[in-house]
Amino acid sequence: MHELSLMEGLVQGIQEEALHQKFTRVHHVRLEVGRLAGVEVEALRFAFGPATEGTLMEGAHLEILERPGQGVCQACGQEVEVETRFDLCPVCGEGFVAITSGTELRVKDLDVD
Amino acid sequence: MCTTCGCGGEARLEHQPHSHAHPDQGPARPGRRRISLEQSLLAKNDALAALNRQAFLARGILALNLVSSPGSGKTTLLEQTILRLRGRVPVVVIEGDQQTSQDADRIRAAGAPAIQINTGKGCHLDAHMVGHAFESLAPAEGTVLMIENVGNLVCPAAFDLGEAHKVVILSVTEGEDKPLKYPDMFAAADLMLLNKVDLLPHVRFDMERCLGYARRVNPAMEVLRVSAQSGEGLEGWIHWIEAHRPSLQKA
Ligand SMILES: Nc1nc2c(ncn2[C@@H]2O[C@H](COP(=O)(O)OP(=O)(O)OP(=O)(O)O)[C@@H](O)[C@H]2O)c(=O)[nH]1
Ligand SMILES: [Mg+2]
Ligand SMILES: [Zn+2]
Ligand SMILES: [Zn+2]
Repeated sequence: MHELSLMEGLVQGIQEEALHQKFTRVHHVRLEVGRLAGVEVEALRFAFGPATEGTLMEGAHLEILERPGQGVCQACGQEVEVETRFDLCPVCGEGFVAITSGTELRVKDLDVD
Repeated sequence: MCTTCGCGGEARLEHQPHSHAHPDQGPARPGRRRISLEQSLLAKNDALAALNRQAFLARGILALNLVSSPGSGKTTLLEQTILRLRGRVPVVVIEGDQQTSQDADRIRAAGAPAIQINTGKGCHLDAHMVGHAFESLAPAEGTVLMIENVGNLVCPAAFDLGEAHKVVILSVTEGEDKPLKYPDMFAAADLMLLNKVDLLPHVRFDMERCLGYARRVNPAMEVLRVSAQSGEGLEGWIHWIEAHRPSLQKA
């Protein structure tokens, strides 16, 4: 699974940020993860320990803010919430839904010193 | 130091995660505070992929990222593609597998330069590995660069390599429901090659249903039906490749 590489990417990004913004310790990390981002939130949590071991993030608290999938029905034009990329429109029951959000996979903010 | 990605000169193809020492205690630093980042977890990969894409375009190279589950026929398809383009279009191949260099050996035997990247436990290629493989292949202008990703319909979807297009290969022996089971991959692809159509008489595979699922996940995706074994439909694929080669940017 690629959740571990994603978490390693997170650590790399934050290590670079630490040099620019002069912090040496991360206490709390908030991630935004969309339901359509193609990752398992539990697998991300699981990968956090091994990925941060021995880094300035070791022991930090990981908070994950889950974001719903949203889109616009191509048939009736309604803005709707979806669980997958291929849900049919829950309003009219027949339109394909063009995804507008729910693929977020990013660090929102950090508590550091 | 590595010029493309700044990775410290470790121009090796086996992938190991970079490790960095703790940043040293700089000058006087403020106390505990909140820093807003809004940075993608894929930011590093995406930045390297953008560099790859620039390098490909500058040399008029068409880069295709071939993704599929294991055994769908990627390497066989590449062998046949190389034979058909021989003498007209130069082709080079980057092969991604967890273990062995068998696929790269097959490609060389078919007549194209190839580099094998072994990802070990890694389940996908990333832009960093591809950048280095590209540097060492140093393909001529106008080359078609084929990247055979690790056989896996999940993880490679997230990692941009700098390719012009992802091409997803689905063989008819895998079942028609794959576009719905692995929607991220099918949503990310511009072309689906439906391979092993020579086996259609022997397997239960509902073509219309498969195409319907594919459209639902990705209405814009093109579909070509091929058999890498019998050669059926391959001329359509060859045309597709030729039509998507970029024109060389004149300096
Ligand atoms: N009948 C039939 N067999 C095929 C076709 N294409 C590939 N095969 C067979 O499918 C098997 C796997 O082919 P490969 O080309 O090695 O598949 P791959 O996708 O490269 O496999 P990995 O790299 O291991 O993921 C081989 O036995 C091929 O001979 C086809 O069009 N028809
Ligand atoms: Mg192969
Ligand atoms: Zn609708
Ligand atoms: Zn490097």
